[in-house]
Amino acid sequence: MKKLVSTAFASLALFCMSTAALAAPPIKIGALFAVTGPASFLGEPERNTAQMVVDEINKAGGVKGRKLELITYDTGGDATKAVQLANKLVKNDQVVAIIGPSTTGDTMAVIPVVEKAQVPLISCSAGIKITEPVKKWVFKTAQNDTLAVARIYEQLKKEKKSKVAILTVSDSFGSSGREQLKAQAKHFGIQIVSDDTYGPKDTDMTPQLTKIKSAKPDAIICWGTNPGPAVIARNAKQLGLAIPLYMSHGVSSKKFIELAGDAAEGIRLPSGKVLVADLLPKSDKQKGSLLAFIKDYQNHYRAEGDHFGGHAWDAMMLLKGAIERGGDTPAGIRNALEATRNFAGIGGVFSYSAKDHAGLTKDAFTLVEVRKKDWVLVK
Amino acid sequence: MRSDRIKFLAFALVVLLLPLPLSGGYLTNVLIFVGINGVLALGLNLLLGYAGQISLGQAAFFGLGAYGSGVLTTQFGFNPWVAMVVVALCVALFAFALGFPVLRLKGHYLAMATLGVGVIANIAFNETVDLTGGPSGLSGIPNLAIGTLTFDSDLKNYYLVWCFALGMILLSLNLVNSRFGRALRAIHDSEVAARVMGVNARLMKVQVFTLSAVMSAIMGSLYCHVMTFISPTSFGFSFSVEILTMVVIGGLGSVYGSILGALLLTLLPEMLRTFQDYDIIVYGLLLVTMTIYMPGGLVEGIPALFRLIMPTKKGSEVGNA
Repeated sequence: MKKLVSTAFASLALFCMSTAALAAPPIKIGALFAVTGPASFLGEPERNTAQMVVDEINKAGGVKGRKLELITYDTGGDATKAVQLANKLVKNDQVVAIIGPSTTGDTMAVIPVVEKAQVPLISCSAGIKITEPVKKWVFKTAQNDTLAVARIYEQLKKEKKSKVAILTVSDSFGSSGREQLKAQAKHFGIQIVSDDTYGPKDTDMTPQLTKIKSAKPDAIICWGTNPGPAVIARNAKQLGLAIPLYMSHGVSSKKFIELAGDAAEGIRLPSGKVLVADLLPKSDKQKGSLLAFIKDYQNHYRAEGDHFGGHAWDAMMLLKGAIERGGDTPAGIRNALEATRNFAGIGGVFSYSAKDHAGLTKDAFTLVEVRKKDWVLVK
Repeated sequence: MRSDRIKFLAFALVVLLLPLPLSGGYLTNVLIFVGINGVLALGLNLLLGYAGQISLGQAAFFGLGAYGSGVLTTQFGFNPWVAMVVVALCVALFAFALGFPVLRLKGHYLAMATLGVGVIANIAFNETVDLTGGPSGLSGIPNLAIGTLTFDSDLKNYYLVWCFALGMILLSLNLVNSRFGRALRAIHDSEVAARVMGVNARLMKVQVFTLSAVMSAIMGSLYCHVMTFISPTSFGFSFSVEILTMVVIGGLGSVYGSILGALLLTLLPEMLRTFQDYDIIVYGLLLVTMTIYMPGGLVEGIPALFRLIMPTKKGSEVGNA
């Protein structure tokens, strides 16, 4: 019996070898995404995009003649699992770099693992804590909330609106936004007249909105990810609130318009440029990357490439550039990543440095408005 | 009694030697969590398997331990060991006080009440932002250390966690084979009958509830020092259910069953990765099949399976599997 098995194995191995060209071994890249669980709206497009980019690179002959091999694991949005899988990537699969995780919690949990193992990590989550203070091996592609907040406040200042009500979700995305909204208010001469939160699973925000109504703000800023903001949009419409409503970049996909229906009309939000790629002027540096990404995604998955998939596209492309310039060792990749300047991606134009591992400026965001179930640029 | 001691020593030996063939691979890291989950399951098993009292809030005590240690060490500069003891004592007091009103309830009502405790604890972790960092989590928790030995690698943490786990397994074994354990089983079978025999059922239930809470809290402390980062999502209702599943799959009323259940539920997702997108479906099917065909859990199921296979295949290759 044993003999039979080993013979079978040997012949199988021989067969495989004869079919595969005797090229250099592939460069192993790890990926951790929350493909299942509550954060799957991030993880799924991220995984799809990463796989798509790797396939495209390999079809075009790989990086410097070497193929890339992407090893993806699903964290389920669970920090404990993320740590186990990061260990697996580093110790068993011996990857040279990791992209992901999808959520700030997962990222914060795996940072000690990659720092110890000295493997570069390009996170796709937005939390400001990830790159502040700077950690030697950790980079990120998702825009900081700081930039999104600044973009909204700038617009309000331009329109001479100073009293705002904020309504944020009680998870890591919302609490990080709330911190930034409060911290930057003074700088823009904004006064927060009402500060409320709602739970990620809440299905009715009428009480909070009623309270906000009585505070008479000039604008309401809501910070959350679907479905909460869509509920808030509907509730606001039911209450007949005539106050301008701003959302965060956490809902910048067509999904939000689907969920909120007619209630989405007139809502504004800061977004990565991927939503409005076709509206951008030709002079925009990112236009080429954006259109390529959207077309690719449409061909591969018959769906619209969004902002979240863009984080993974940026991470993969940054990595590709770093391998081209710095070789295939973790240290070489890290150093080349840190030296990246003016890379026009989906999330913005990245320039990393020793002091800045987030790499974006507030130009990464444009302000968009929902008009007739589609996006338009706010002038 | 003698065979029990030999069984435990054999188990301890396996635990101590297990990391050697793994040579520091990532499985060592997974086994740390098997140790932690195993003790959580064991604590619940004492409560549910022996005393027959269900709890859907075990993650709350685990979380209290983790957050207690995390907050005391990062915000108040406590020594981690001192913090661990302080937190364990606080959780003991809390569980003891909570046990009296909650354990008066029976069946579904008890399940609901403990579920409520779990939800309240999770909300507390989320909302006390200044202390716990709220939903973004708490980072910068130090590793445990004894003198100059810092527990900062998987292998060191493995031995640390499993030393605690072995201690608690030994404690549980002694407990269930004592007069106290027999009284618990009597309460499980019929509380009225036990009371007639002179068992103080009310106090005993609270005592075992407290014990399981403290075991969970100590594991929580260890967890936070191993991970050095914690966030509220790890201590939610779903984790309480996962612990319950470990107990049921492993075997109700069996000390080693709890560890077996934790081992299976922690390693199974790893083994099912080959199925990629379908792993969750396969996982669910396996659990359902096991519950149907092994109602006594793995502890009874595996020997039964063995007996099924053995007589037909005597002397074949089963032995070296």
